[in-house]
Amino acid sequence: MIYSAWLFTAALGLTLIYGVMKIVNVTHGSFYALGAYAGASITGAWLARGYPPMLSYAVLLGSALLVTLLVAPLIERAILRFMYAKDEVVILLITYALFLILEDVIKLVWGVNPYFVAEPYALLGSFSVAGLAYPTYNLILVALALVAGLGLTWILHSTRVGKLLLAVIDDPEISRAMGINVDRYYLVTFTFGSLLAALAGSFTAPTVSVVPGLGVEIIVLSFAVVVIGGLGSLPGAALGAVIVGVVRSLSVHYMPQVELFVIYFVMAMVLAFRPRGLFSLAEPRKI
Amino acid sequence: MGGLWLPQWAMFMVTIAIARGLVALGLMLLLRAGLVSFGQALYYCLGAYAAGALGRFFGISDIFAQMLAGAAAAGVAAFILGFLLAKYRGIFFGLLSLALSMILYGLLVKNEALGSTDGFNILPSTLFGIRPGPDSVRYAVFASAALVALLLALAVHRYLRTPLGRLAPAIKDNEIRVEYMGASARHAVHVMYVIAAVLAGVGGALAATTVGHIDPDMAFWTTSGEFIFITILAGTGSVVAPFAGALLYGVIHTTAYDLSPNTWQLSLGAALLLIIVFLPEGLWSLFRRRVSHS
Amino acid sequence: MSVILNARGLNKAFGAVTAAKDVSAAIEQDSVVGLIGTNGAGKTTFINMITGFLKPDTGAIEYEGRDITRLPPRAITRLGICRSFQIPQLYSSLSVLDNMHIGIGIVLRNAGLGGYFARDGAPVPGFGKPAEEVAEHLLARFGLTDYRDRNAQVLPGGVRKLLDIALTMVAKPRVLLLDEPTSGVSSQEKFGIMQMVLDAVRAEGATVLFVEHDMEVVSRFAQRVLAFYDGRIIADAPPAVALQDPEVKRHVVGRARA
Repeated sequence: MIYSAWLFTAALGLTLIYGVMKIVNVTHGSFYALGAYAGASITGAWLARGYPPMLSYAVLLGSALLVTLLVAPLIERAILRFMYAKDEVVILLITYALFLILEDVIKLVWGVNPYFVAEPYALLGSFSVAGLAYPTYNLILVALALVAGLGLTWILHSTRVGKLLLAVIDDPEISRAMGINVDRYYLVTFTFGSLLAALAGSFTAPTVSVVPGLGVEIIVLSFAVVVIGGLGSLPGAALGAVIVGVVRSLSVHYMPQVELFVIYFVMAMVLAFRPRGLFSLAEPRKI
Repeated sequence: MGGLWLPQWAMFMVTIAIARGLVALGLMLLLRAGLVSFGQALYYCLGAYAAGALGRFFGISDIFAQMLAGAAAAGVAAFILGFLLAKYRGIFFGLLSLALSMILYGLLVKNEALGSTDGFNILPSTLFGIRPGPDSVRYAVFASAALVALLLALAVHRYLRTPLGRLAPAIKDNEIRVEYMGASARHAVHVMYVIAAVLAGVGGALAATTVGHIDPDMAFWTTSGEFIFITILAGTGSVVAPFAGALLYGVIHTTAYDLSPNTWQLSLGAALLLIIVFLPEGLWSLFRRRVSHS
Repeated sequence: MSVILNARGLNKAFGAVTAAKDVSAAIEQDSVVGLIGTNGAGKTTFINMITGFLKPDTGAIEYEGRDITRLPPRAITRLGICRSFQIPQLYSSLSVLDNMHIGIGIVLRNAGLGGYFARDGAPVPGFGKPAEEVAEHLLARFGLTDYRDRNAQVLPGGVRKLLDIALTMVAKPRVLLLDEPTSGVSSQEKFGIMQMVLDAVRAEGATVLFVEHDMEVVSRFAQRVLAFYDGRIIADAPPAVALQDPEVKRHVVGRARA
């Protein structure tokens, strides 16, 4: 369940960016890693200075925000903006190139040694349910998923900004003609989607050792979630996360040797039989 | 031949370049039809494991048998998977091919018989029953690789001038028209997909015997990414381009990595970006332009 | 003359819209038939049903005595019914010559799986000559020789149409459906193009159906006219008769025509 919540937050931004901008954003993995590193290093420094540990959660949030605001708009304005006219596969390759670049930037900025910042995790202790102990920190991950998912849904359907965004999703050309500043929406969407990835990374940092390669693992897993649920669909991302989570738990429990493969198997099955995913916007195959 | 005065490390580089070049050659064929496979590593890995399995379970280590096993394993898999994949285009073709390669990765990683994440070592190649000494093994592999690659490249070159070869850009350009002229684009793509897979399978077997070791990472998506990079670097201009691109990639990889391991991917990414934006035809097109000007 | 294509009682509806209502026509071999009607009258639906792009709700289509109603477009093309398009469907990134070669390649492939890998000099089915010669022959027939190395994208409108039609001729169709062959072409060129097309096509012995909005072109070139309105055929007669028909005048030609 926690795994699904975590996956959901991680993948939500990816599906949002696809839905609005119609691009498959490999850089998504980089933002997850950036969030994790920023969260780990800044929070680590915060705690080392003896500042209140209870505020470390806010620091985690702030770090993700900071790193995203520094990097995402730059990427979007300086590079992506000029590429929207290109073929979607080409754009994917461009985001892949950016991902490679960012992987090394992370290594250059933070080095290759692992970061540990377990305090926010340990601080909350654990609670018991039916005799089993669960780390309370995990509730934060769940809360994050809920806030992200519900918040985004609310924004899209109940605010004016959201409705305009729906128009942009539907038809950017016409939206432009109607005076909507599509470019600004793209910038905001890209930044917000990347922020979601960074938040997922940042809040995961206390539970793992932050090492290079975090982005590599998460990106293809996010792809699986998003494809299963349907590219561009928010409820789809939720469903995809749940399915992947369930499938993984079942396989870990009953047949551990298929754990890795089974997730991609489900992804392939969905692509084979319902390429649009379970709720999707995308146009699947040709003939 | 060249092997007699090339140092061991150079032969290694060239042989690996030939192996990667074969995979990129296959990718090039698909690219001409407008398809980008994000999972070509699937066949590269299958080829490698097939070659390895030959030695591990049957004790066969003849280099040509290894390459043949790689080709066969890849070909059969692609034939089956092609029924599904040939129906897709664009991003979906890419994502599905990616998923399939990750399935193989997942299967191999947990497979004890094949060494799980560690993989296993492959038997050193023999040539028609003769076991070359440790110094000449590399040369034997290199020579065989060069020969096979030459034959395959010639075959592909011929292929490009056949009706199927010419059909690729037509499918990319106006698939509906192709259908309306009585051809099945899906069928054509299926055949192309199998050809590309066979090339990748041979490449995988070659890589396996050159490196001496096989592991599941050969099916990981980052490996597919390397091949895509080489293909884009090289462009689709000629059958020689993928090999030249692979060699260039190998050289850059080794030098850049030795100089500064933490900026190697950065250079790769930057190079990829620059090529996509400024030189979408690949570096080979530069070469062609210069030749035609002189 | 024998009937080569027979449409019987074709009906097709898209929800509330009737695209075809009880459409029947027996097309005789070697004839030249003009299809007229305003946009949405059912001409293109008719063509789409014959070529297999659409399946009629009820009714049947017979070609050379064989029921082709449910066959896919690919199969129908291979049987000998080809069509050209209102908006020319070309391989715009390739040269004119390469466009022809693609078509020839497909014909080779349709002859047998080995056709995929046919050698350069292999005889093309239906022509008996190697691909190069067939390509040049067809280009010459349609006056495209001067354009052979030009990129299809940069061709003038009339030339694009000719190439589109030339491509259909590669398969040596027995029945050729031309969808507005002279639309987008200047009035001076219309007759010239139509003449050239019909000469080339008829020399190969094909039956021609063409959709046309220009009544002068229709009266000049069609031997028989099928007039469509509201999904039905409202007139089926030689042009002189059909164009004078009061129903046709009202629904197709318009009162201003002399």
